[in-house]
Amino acid sequence: MAATAPSARGLGRRSSRLWNQQTLEGYTCILPWLMGFVCFVAGPMVAALVISFTDWSLLAPPEWIGLANYERLFKDPMFYTSVVNTAYLSFLAVPLQLILALLIALGLNEKLSGVTIYRTIFYLPSQMPIVASALLWLWVFNPDFGLANALLNMVGLPGLGWLFDPALSKPSIILITLWGGIGTPLIIFLAGLQSVPDSLYEAADIDGAGPMARFWNITLPMLSPIIFFNLIIGIIASFQAYFTLVLVTTQGGPANSTTILILYIYYKAFRDFDMSYASALAWVLFLIVLALTAINFLLARWWVHYEGGEAT
Amino acid sequence: MNAVASQHDDVQHSPAIPTGGQARAKSRRPSWHLALHAVLITLSFFYLLPFFWMLSTSLKMDGQEIAMPPVWIPDPVVWSNYVRAMTGTPMLWYLRNTVIISVISTVLGVLAASLTGYAFARLRFPGRNLLFSLCISTLMLPGIVTLIPEFLLFRQIGWINTFLPLIVPWSLGGHALGIFLFRQYALTIPYDFDEAARVDGAGAFRIWWSIIVPLSGPVLATIAILAFIHHWNDFLRPLVFLQDKDLRTLAIGLRLFRGEFMVQWNLLMAASALMLVPILALFFAAQRYFVQGIVMSGIKG
Repeated sequence: MAATAPSARGLGRRSSRLWNQQTLEGYTCILPWLMGFVCFVAGPMVAALVISFTDWSLLAPPEWIGLANYERLFKDPMFYTSVVNTAYLSFLAVPLQLILALLIALGLNEKLSGVTIYRTIFYLPSQMPIVASALLWLWVFNPDFGLANALLNMVGLPGLGWLFDPALSKPSIILITLWGGIGTPLIIFLAGLQSVPDSLYEAADIDGAGPMARFWNITLPMLSPIIFFNLIIGIIASFQAYFTLVLVTTQGGPANSTTILILYIYYKAFRDFDMSYASALAWVLFLIVLALTAINFLLARWWVHYEGGEAT
Repeated sequence: MNAVASQHDDVQHSPAIPTGGQARAKSRRPSWHLALHAVLITLSFFYLLPFFWMLSTSLKMDGQEIAMPPVWIPDPVVWSNYVRAMTGTPMLWYLRNTVIISVISTVLGVLAASLTGYAFARLRFPGRNLLFSLCISTLMLPGIVTLIPEFLLFRQIGWINTFLPLIVPWSLGGHALGIFLFRQYALTIPYDFDEAARVDGAGAFRIWWSIIVPLSGPVLATIAILAFIHHWNDFLRPLVFLQDKDLRTLAIGLRLFRGEFMVQWNLLMAASALMLVPILALFFAAQRYFVQGIVMSGIKG
C-alpha cells in the first residue's frame, strides 16, 4: 500500500469524472439497503395507510371505507384502555429504570473495589432472552409456589396475586423491567460519567462545593443530553419491547389490565384477522411515536445542556 | 495494516470500558465507601436472586419445586432435568432453526450494514444526507406498522412458513443501527488509503472489501453481536411468519413448552437456563464489544 500522494493536477483533472463515478458507485453500494427500505419499510408504511382506509378481512376483497376505521377507533373503549396501559407502563417504567441506573452508576463511579463484578451483576439481567426472563418471572410471581410470595411469607406478610391481580399486574411488570432494563442505561451512564472532565470537579472542590452541589451543578447538567436521549429512545422502544414480556406473562390480562397498544394491534391483526382496523391502530401508534419525538426535542432546547456544539 | 487496526482498537477501547482507578484511590478511600458497598451488595442480592431461583428450580426433582416453604438448595440435585428438557421436547430442533436464521441473518446483515455504512460515510453522491436521515429514522419506526403489509406481501409471494421473512429484510440493510455504527467508524479511517487505492484503479466496492472491511474488525464484531442477539431473541416476527410447528424458533418454542410439552416448572426453568447459555458465553467471550455497541449507540444524541 504505497502512500504516495497523487499530484494536485492529477486530482483536479479527475475530480469531475470522479464525481459522476462516485454517484454511480454510491448508489450501487446503497442499492441493497435502498431496495430493503422500499420493500420492507416505505412501501409497507404507505400500504398500511391505504389498508387503514379500507374494510378488509382477508376473506373478501378490500372495500374503500374512508376514515371509518379511525372513527371506530375513537369510539373503541379497548383502544383507550390499551393507550392508558401503554402510557402507564412506559412513562413509569422507563424513567424509573433511568433513575435507578443513574444512582447505581453514581455509586460505581466512586472508584470502589469490585466495580467490574457489580457492573456485570446489574448488566446481566438485560442479556437474558426476553421469553426466558418472562417465564422466569411468571414463576417468581407464581401466587402459590413463587419466590416473591415465599419471601413475603418469610417476613410474616401474606402473599400477593402479582401478575394475576388486576391492581398489581402493571406494577409487577414494572418490577420486571427494573430488573431486566437497567443494564443498557447503566453502561451508558458509566461511560458518560467518565467523560465528565475532572477539572470541573476540581474547580468545584476549590469553591467548597459539597457532593450534592457537585451532582446538581456539574454531573447532572453534563449528563443531561445522554439522559434525555435515552429517555426518548427508551420510551419509544418500550412501546414495542414490552410486547414479548406481556404476551408471555399475562397475555394482556387479568381483565385487560396489561393489554398494551401493540398487543391489541397484534390481537386485532393476527387473531381476529381484522387487518384494516389493525393498520389504523398501527398508524396511530406511529403518529404517537412521531409526536413524542417532536415534543421531546422541543423540550430539550430548554432543559438539556449541550457541551459546545457537539450534538448533531 | 495491523498497526493501524490495533490503533483503532485502542481509540475505541479507552472511553468504552469504565474501570475505576482502584490503585489511585486505595490510599484515601473514604469511610462511607463501606456504606456504599453495603447498599450495592444488598441490591446485587436482589438482582441475582431470580437467577438463583431459576437454577435452583431447574435442579429440583419433580414435586420439590412446589414445596412450600420452598426448598432453597435442591436435594437431590437432579442434573438430568436438563437432559429431559432437551429430549422431551423439540428443543434441539428449535435450536437448529434459530441457529440457521441467526447465523445467516447476522452474516448477511453485517455485510449489508457495512457496505451501506461505508457508502454513507465515504462516497459522495447527491441525496446522500437525506437518505442517511431516512435510514436513521427507521430506528424510531415501530415495527408493527410495517408488519401487517409485510405479512400480506409475504403471504402473496409464498414466504409464510419459510425463513425468508426473517432473513431477507436484514440482508438488505435492515439493521439501521449497524449502518449507523459502521458509518461512524468508517468516518475515522484516514482517506489516504482510498486515494492510494483509487490511483491504483480500485473502485468503491474494491476499496470497501479490501481496505475498509479489514480495518473495521472491532465495529464489525460489535454489529455482529447486536445483530445476533436481536435474531436470537426475536419474537414478534417469527410468531407471525412461522406458523408451522417444525419451523419454530427457540423463543417461540420456549413460550409454548408451557402447556404443550410440560407443566413442571423445574423443566421449564431448565429450558430457560439453556436458552441463556449461548448468550452468556458470547457475553463473557466478547464483553467489550457488547459495551462498545451500547456506548456508541447510547451516548450519541
